[in-house]
Amino acid sequence: MSKEDKKPKISSRRKFFTLMAQNVGLGVMGGLLWTGYAAKAKSSPLTLRPPAAIDEEDFLRTCIKCGLCSEACLNRPSNIDKESGRARPSTLKMAKAEDDVTIGTPFFIPTEVPCYMCEDIPCVPVCPSGALDPQLVTNDKQELDPTMMDMGLAVVDQNSCIAFWGIQCDACYRACPLLDVAIKLEYDRNERTGKHAFLKPVVVMNACTGCGLCEKACVTEKPAIFVLPREIALGKPGSHYVKGWDTKDQQRVQERVGKDVTTHTKRSEKKPQDYLNMDLEY
Amino acid sequence: MKWSNYKYLILRRIVQLTLLFLYFGGNVYGWKVLTGDLSSSSLFTTIPLSDPFAILQMFAAGAAVGLNALVGGVIITLFYGVIGGRAFCSWVCPVNMITDLANWLRRVFYLDKIERKVWASRNIRYYAIVLALIVSFISSMAAFEIISPITIFNRGVIFGFGAGIGLLISIFLFDLFVLKNGWCGHICPLGGVHSIIGKFNLVRVEHDSENCTLCMKCKDVCPETQVLNMIGKRSEFVTMAECTNCGRCVDVCDDDALEFAIRNVIKDTKGE
Repeated sequence: MSKEDKKPKISSRRKFFTLMAQNVGLGVMGGLLWTGYAAKAKSSPLTLRPPAAIDEEDFLRTCIKCGLCSEACLNRPSNIDKESGRARPSTLKMAKAEDDVTIGTPFFIPTEVPCYMCEDIPCVPVCPSGALDPQLVTNDKQELDPTMMDMGLAVVDQNSCIAFWGIQCDACYRACPLLDVAIKLEYDRNERTGKHAFLKPVVVMNACTGCGLCEKACVTEKPAIFVLPREIALGKPGSHYVKGWDTKDQQRVQERVGKDVTTHTKRSEKKPQDYLNMDLEY
Repeated sequence: MKWSNYKYLILRRIVQLTLLFLYFGGNVYGWKVLTGDLSSSSLFTTIPLSDPFAILQMFAAGAAVGLNALVGGVIITLFYGVIGGRAFCSWVCPVNMITDLANWLRRVFYLDKIERKVWASRNIRYYAIVLALIVSFISSMAAFEIISPITIFNRGVIFGFGAGIGLLISIFLFDLFVLKNGWCGHICPLGGVHSIIGKFNLVRVEHDSENCTLCMKCKDVCPETQVLNMIGKRSEFVTMAECTNCGRCVDVCDDDALEFAIRNVIKDTKGE
């Protein structure tokens, strides 16, 4: 290793480290590109998943992308058209590269094919990977119960819903598989005419399964009632708001354990009379 | 054109296309023979079959994988581990048809002879496995499954192709113009996983160097040429993990120097 050598000498050690650096560099480059793509490949938050899907984050981890749910949906006996003997399009679609949903995962679009809430929920028990959890739609009697489905929540845009204008329309109300349970009609006096009634559709938050039949049935050009994932449709008051009139909610205050939430500042140590006058000079 | 020169090639295409057709029928016609897809399927609606690599990635991503998928993964691992070896790649995987086509065109148009020098290690696939697991861990989702051309092709046949077909065309062009056996022979981590799973299987090609006339037709067609290192030298089994058991070498050999046989795994691997 003398400095007099004109040609740089590539020792086997240098070669080893250089090749190693190249490999690591390539690996890191590939990994960064791949991770970046994976971050982009996550589904749009507006994606509606099959019934009994676990939380979206866990769903993306757990779904093996086999399509058994979609096939069960397509080939369920109730989906066979009696006249042609052929299956109608299935509710559940498997995401393609161009969809705004992680490739290969199942989702549905209510305006195309809504979920018909089959009695036996054929799409859920076939899931091999646990991304659809039958327990989430199993009632106390250990039966699969379609009313326990929770795919999303229907939301009414009162500005474009013609029933809120006073025009009689109860398309969504009648399309709802949980008739008069998940969507109720609220009767109101129409002050403009003085002799007509509003029949306003109101979604009952806890009953709605997000099946999308109302969205499919809505008569307006772009549906005035539409299903959103609950994460998107709902706000969150936070645990520090308590319904004082609700004995059950009030119980939370009694049961509350944890750290002292009183704010301590320099001023709060003193009595109000003292600190209010604290900065005054006489 | 002798039938015996194409026997395994034709058999493989029949198996590949039959599987695709059964999957397709499982969705479109509601057949109950084979439902699902290559990631996870159900044989006669009772026996689960799953891709072990997908399950590994799901574990890396932190999923609580369901029992059915796990059992399916074990069944597939046992089948290829004991019998098939890396046969998934040449007998089942639909992408094999694309890369075989590219390879065939290479031979027809002598592309190999005027190839640019592109260096790539055949071990990239093993690094790709590790990378897939790391990326799965970081991004909390099975990383190879979102880019896998195997499942994109497979799902495309079953549920309809989308823009994903562009990826398949890219792989065809890559194998045709950039790197010989580029995807299946160098990069695909699923191929790497199946190499590892099938390392100690029973069914392998056996070479008889007594009969060999050194025509080297087998090396021309082999997609993993390095596994045929004993041709004309030693009479032994093809033992390297990367052999896909495609049987093309057996097909093209006119001298009975290559044939499928059951190997004695313990004896064969003791020396290594």
